[in-house]
Amino acid sequence: MASTVINVPANARRGEVIEIRTLIRHTMETGFRPGADGRIQPRDIIQRFSCRYNGEQVFGAELFSAVAANPYIAFHTVATESGTLSFHWEGDNGFSQTETAKITVID
Amino acid sequence: MKYSASGRKGIGRIALMAVAAGMLLPVIAASADQGQAPAKDSRRSGFEFMGASTQAMQVNEALNPGMLWVKDGEALWGKAVGKSQLSCAACHGDAAVSMRGVAARYPSFDEGLKRPIGLSQRIKLCRVNKQQAEPLRAESQELLSLEAYIAYQSRGMPLAPPADARLKPFIASGLQRFQQRMGQLDLSCAQCHAERAGQRLGSSLIPQAHPTGYPVYRLEWQGVGSLQRRLRGCMSGVRAEPFAYDAQELAELELYLAVRAAGMKMEGVGVRP
Repeated sequence: MASTVINVPANARRGEVIEIRTLIRHTMETGFRPGADGRIQPRDIIQRFSCRYNGEQVFGAELFSAVAANPYIAFHTVATESGTLSFHWEGDNGFSQTETAKITVID
Repeated sequence: MKYSASGRKGIGRIALMAVAAGMLLPVIAASADQGQAPAKDSRRSGFEFMGASTQAMQVNEALNPGMLWVKDGEALWGKAVGKSQLSCAACHGDAAVSMRGVAARYPSFDEGLKRPIGLSQRIKLCRVNKQQAEPLRAESQELLSLEAYIAYQSRGMPLAPPADARLKPFIASGLQRFQQRMGQLDLSCAQCHAERAGQRLGSSLIPQAHPTGYPVYRLEWQGVGSLQRRLRGCMSGVRAEPFAYDAQELAELELYLAVRAAGMKMEGVGVRP
């Protein structure tokens, strides 16, 4: 399991635009770099990221070799109701990780 | 023009230069201002040499990738390992209490080795001697995570190298190493980081080399690395044979740098370009 840092406001007013920030530990090996032995190191990157808000996808991203190690992804969404945000990263070599965060919406 | 006092001579020169090149005047005025307050600390952390976005990356914990290592270190702190089945926490308890200010006091004198050792070597020794576990490799992710977690407990505290009389000869040889020319390029640390700090080497600014943010997340490394890795990097940069990890020479240099930066704020885990 890769470690992650997820930043979601614990409380938000209904209709408020909130910023969500995520950071995940990953080498993001490009697949273009030679290693110490001179051979090209196989690609190992995160290919997709998605965020679901109570099951509904509110944000998604495709990542490629040019993205730096330990990708930081920040985005906005509208706080509609209390519930769970789930974050999902998947990539090469069967990499798959899901994290969740709770949010409380107050009127 | 005839002036007897050297101070007035100086003023005369400034006036002449200002006439000759009006654009230079603000620069001269600024340096004259600084001359009035000689007590001001001229030491600057590498942080102040970075761009605004990199600074924000260090300060904001949601953005600082070094926090990933701190988080891993926190998990390792509580994990029982080795024959003793002891975790770090089993002896040291809550790191937020027991490790507060500890990283600021390293390198410190080791009774067994009779020489100064850095924080990473202290962790390695503890792991082998007390936890009776397999040794951690230099720059391994486990070691860096633990080091980052411990350094993080001293964030914002002043660097406080120990006032230990036994360290004195090692500080002296650290200073000597700092000034020693080395490698095919025949350069010393001091020639860049003391005499030419603030100038450029290629496109990058030369910082004053204060070890305030270590271990750091370096954008060039795409990961966290130790001060020893940084020192070794500089050594291969001047085409010298780098000292081995945990060599006494590196500990002496680290110690001298800590004394030189005494009182400056710890930034661990820092971010550097």
